[in-house]
Parts: sequence; C-alpha cells; structure tokens
Amino acid sequence: MNVLIDVLNFISQQILNVPAYLIGIVAAIGLIALKRSAGQVIAGGLKAAMGYLILGAGATVVTSALAPFGQLVFTATGAHGVVPTNEVITAQASSQFGAASAYIIVLSFIIMLLLARFTPLKYVFLTGHHMVFMSTLLALVLSFGFGKSNQTLVVIVGAVLMGVIMVVMPSFTQPFTNRVTGGDQLSVGHFNSLGYAVSGAIGAAVGKKSKSTEDINFPKGLSFLRDSMVSTTLLMVVLYLIFAIWAAIVSPWNVVKKIFPSNPADYGAFFMAAFAQALQFGIGVSIILYGVRIILGELVPAFQGIAKRVVPGAKPALDIPIVFPYGPNASLIGFLSSFAGGLVALVLIGFWLGPAWGVALILPGMVPHFFDGGGAGVFGNATGGRIGAILGGFVNGLLITFLPALLMTVMGTFGLKNSTFGDADFCWYGTIAGKLAGFGPVAGGIALIIFAVVLFAIACVWQVKVVNTGWLPGAKHAEFIAEVKKQEDAEKAAAKAAAKAAKADAAKA
Amino acid sequence: MDILCVCGNGIGTSVLLKVNVENVAADLGMDVTVTTSDAGSAKGTANMNDLVLTSPQLAPELEGTTTPVETVQNFMDTDEIKGILEKYAD
Repeated sequence: MNVLIDVLNFISQQILNVPAYLIGIVAAIGLIALKRSAGQVIAGGLKAAMGYLILGAGATVVTSALAPFGQLVFTATGAHGVVPTNEVITAQASSQFGAASAYIIVLSFIIMLLLARFTPLKYVFLTGHHMVFMSTLLALVLSFGFGKSNQTLVVIVGAVLMGVIMVVMPSFTQPFTNRVTGGDQLSVGHFNSLGYAVSGAIGAAVGKKSKSTEDINFPKGLSFLRDSMVSTTLLMVVLYLIFAIWAAIVSPWNVVKKIFPSNPADYGAFFMAAFAQALQFGIGVSIILYGVRIILGELVPAFQGIAKRVVPGAKPALDIPIVFPYGPNASLIGFLSSFAGGLVALVLIGFWLGPAWGVALILPGMVPHFFDGGGAGVFGNATGGRIGAILGGFVNGLLITFLPALLMTVMGTFGLKNSTFGDADFCWYGTIAGKLAGFGPVAGGIALIIFAVVLFAIACVWQVKVVNTGWLPGAKHAEFIAEVKKQEDAEKAAAKAAAKAAKADAAKA
Repeated sequence: MDILCVCGNGIGTSVLLKVNVENVAADLGMDVTVTTSDAGSAKGTANMNDLVLTSPQLAPELEGTTTPVETVQNFMDTDEIKGILEKYAD
C-alpha cells in the first residue's frame, strides 16, 4: 500500500507539478485523440515540453535585459516604468504559476466546448497563445487574491472564468466582425475584443460620411514593421536610449554608471551598454516566441481536432490578423493611431495620474499596438471609414495604456516586475477577477462565479437578440460607401462611354 | 513534401493554416510535413522546404527565396488550399 502512495506522490509531485511535463502530456493526449502515430505522439509531447522550457530560458534573458531599464526609468522620472508584453510576463510567471495555468487551460477548454455545445454561444476559441496568457493571468491574480495555498480553488474558478470569456468575447464582437468581413463565417477570438467593439462603435458614431481607408495609396516603406522582431527591438533601442540620456542628464555620473552591471567606464560605454541591453531584450522575446511557437504547433491542432468532433458546426474564433486582409491600410492606420494614443496616455500618466494615484508608467509595447491597433483600425474603418479607423485606433491606444496600469494594482508582488499584460480584455477581466478574489476564498469565489454567470447571461441575450437577428452596426456608413461606389461606377461608365464615342468619331473621320 | 506556413508572429494564423493544410493533404492522399514560422525567420527556413504558404501581405517579405511561395487569401478556406496543393500533388 505504501508503495502505491509513494508512486502517486512521485507522479503528482515530480511530474504533474512541473508545468513543462504537464504541457507535454496534454499535447501527447491531444495527439493520441487525433489518432496520430506513436512517433508523432512522442515527438509532439517532447517538443511541447521543450517549448515550455525554452519559454523559461527566454524569460531569464528578458528579465535581466529589463532590470537596468527599470532602474533607468526610475532614475530619470522617479516613476516605475513597464513595457506591457504578454509573452514576457507569462514567461516570468511560468515557474511560479505554470502548473495552475496548465490545468486551467485544459479544464477551461472542456468548459468552453460544453458551453458551445449546449448554449447559444457556439464559438470555439482557437487562439492558442491567448489561452496561454489568459490562463497565466487568472492563475496569477486569483493566487494573490485567494492566497497561494488555495491552488485547487484557483484552478476551478479560473477555468470557469476562462471558459466563459472564451465564448463571450467572440459573441460581443460578432456583429462588428460581420460588418468587417461582409459575411458571418468568421469570428474573432482575440483578447483585445473590448478595443475592437469600442472602435467599431466609435466608427459607427463618427464616420457616417467618411471614405474607406482602402482608397489610400500607402508608402511601402512602413511594411518592415510587420516583422515583430525588428519592430520590438527597434522600439526598445529608442526607449532605452531616451531614458539613458534622460537619466544621464538628471543624475550624477557615479549614480547612473551603477545602473548597468557591466560598470561602464565613460558615457560612450554607458550608452552602448543601453543599446546592448535593448538588443538583449529583443533576443529574449525572440526566444520566448520560439518556445510559444513550438508549444502551439503541437497543442492547437490537437485542440481543434477535439473541438471538431465535440462541437461540429461551431464557429472557430480566430486570431486578429484574420481580419487584416479586409483592410490592409486600415490596419496600418490603426496601428499608428493606437501608438499615438499610447503616447498621449503615457504623458497623461506621467504628469497627472502617476503622481496622483501612484500608477505605473506604461510605455508602449510594440506587439500589442501592432495587433490590437491594427485590428481596431480595421473595425473602425468597417463602420466609419478613415475617421473611424483613426479615432478607433487612437482610443484603443488609450485603452491599452490605462487598463494595464489598472491591472498592475491586482498583480501582487508581480506588479513589481518590469512587464504586464498588454491587451484590453486581459486587463479589465484580470482587474475584476483580482479585485473580487481579494474578498477571500469563500466570498471571493462565490462573487466570481456569480460574475461569470451574469456575464454569460448578458452575452447569451446579446447573441440571441442582436447577433442571430442579423443586426449590423454602421448602417449609415455602409449606405454612404454604397453611394460612393455607385457614383464611381457611374463616372467610370460615363468615361467609358465618352471614350467609345471619341473612338467612333475618330473612326468616322 | 515539406511545407512552411508563415504569418506575422508564427503563433496564430499560421498554426491554423498548418491544421487546414494537413487536413486537405490527408484528403488528397499527399504525404506532407507542415511547419510554421514567423515572417522574420521565414527567409532562413524557406529553403529547407518545398513550398511556402503565406498571406498576400507577407509575400513581399519572402522575396529572394528559391522555394515557390503561394499566397492564401483566406486561411480557413479549405477549397482555396486544395486548389494550391493540387498544383503540387504529383
């Protein structure tokens, strides 16, 4: 009997408590369910586990690259500065909350499939990396709220919250998504949905008579920013150097030189140390992304295969770039507007909110602004043309700067790290979850379940009364676009007729 | 044959494309190994594959590779993917 207990202890302590092995096992089970060959199952499980360990290795690089940056910002401004990057904060949290988040992913996926099977919200959320981020976020804020000893409660409540949000958000954005795609085949499964819905609503309100972004001819010179490795690293170089110069101006040399562990000998070495650290950050993020890529390459196909069998006919809710082809220009405009919004919000926090509320200085993260801002631009353009894309993107930029600052208040000791989550839904959902969990295991647990049920009920009503009846936002803008098109067609037809007449005249003469 | 699916970050849409390509290839009876990549490292890995699939926006990023590059408008449209794969099935 003792032997059995020892074996069970070994399995639970040495295997199921190690996130990397757990992820590997989940991937292997998924591949077995897909009836893959033994070799593929072993390879997939091993790769998923290795991917998770690569994630941790990348986190070490990023954390050490960000440490001097945090000090530079603090020396320069006296404020705590952070760059929201989901990959980074997830990787940093993986050693502490990895096991809980792995259980939350599996359990929430089952809950989501049941909800999709038996309720009006027939969505299957398939954006794997956002599942990883959301589960980590919930494991983190609930652990701080309930206390780290209540891991079982964290997993159960976290899974319910995550299962609900995965079907609720695609439903809220669906009418806007339908306006974007001109059909009802696609759904968006991306945790910046608040930003997209708000952008779509703003577009509908302001852009009744605004032309589409897609008639603008854009310079090709900006397309290199599509490469996230380049854009992330470049932005970090700029930020690092700005704060290095700033710190050098406001603080004496013997203070600033201690910021870098390499102990630079003069200002030249000091600025190059800042440059080198910025590149290190880019390298760390690349390593983390490589790990994420390997994990998802194994997990997502398995998840999709299972979903297809359990909920045939449910809509797959997909990553935001799926809407970019419906407005390539709009996505670029949205990205730039969002970035501008982020800078405006940064100034507001720096000079007004930060000193007043002690809010952290949220610096623009390139990845969230690119994907979220781009998505917001596409949604804003679909309901309100150019002005919709610009304003929608801008407001999205405000959202993904203010909301991460809010989220940091419920992240416990993790609020002291130099990163946080970057997309709107992580922030508002995480903040509410963290605040409610703060009531303690019993009251907080009950409050969170009630909150999840209410949110789910609202989404069901929305789905049945609004989405299923085929309501589309921005009707006036659509009429305007149709009119413009009619005019253009008429002009073209007139031009053609004129050309024909001219030809006929020439032939006569 | 080895196929590489490319999207901006290599973690979202390219993974879904990979799933759909595998399904279509199975229907066509083709033996394929599908990997995913981000636009940044795709240039380096493209040459190790027989075919690269990506979106029209990212195709310019892959200029200069010797591997044939095909663009997919809608990553979820299995008919479109089928049309492309049939060209290479032999």
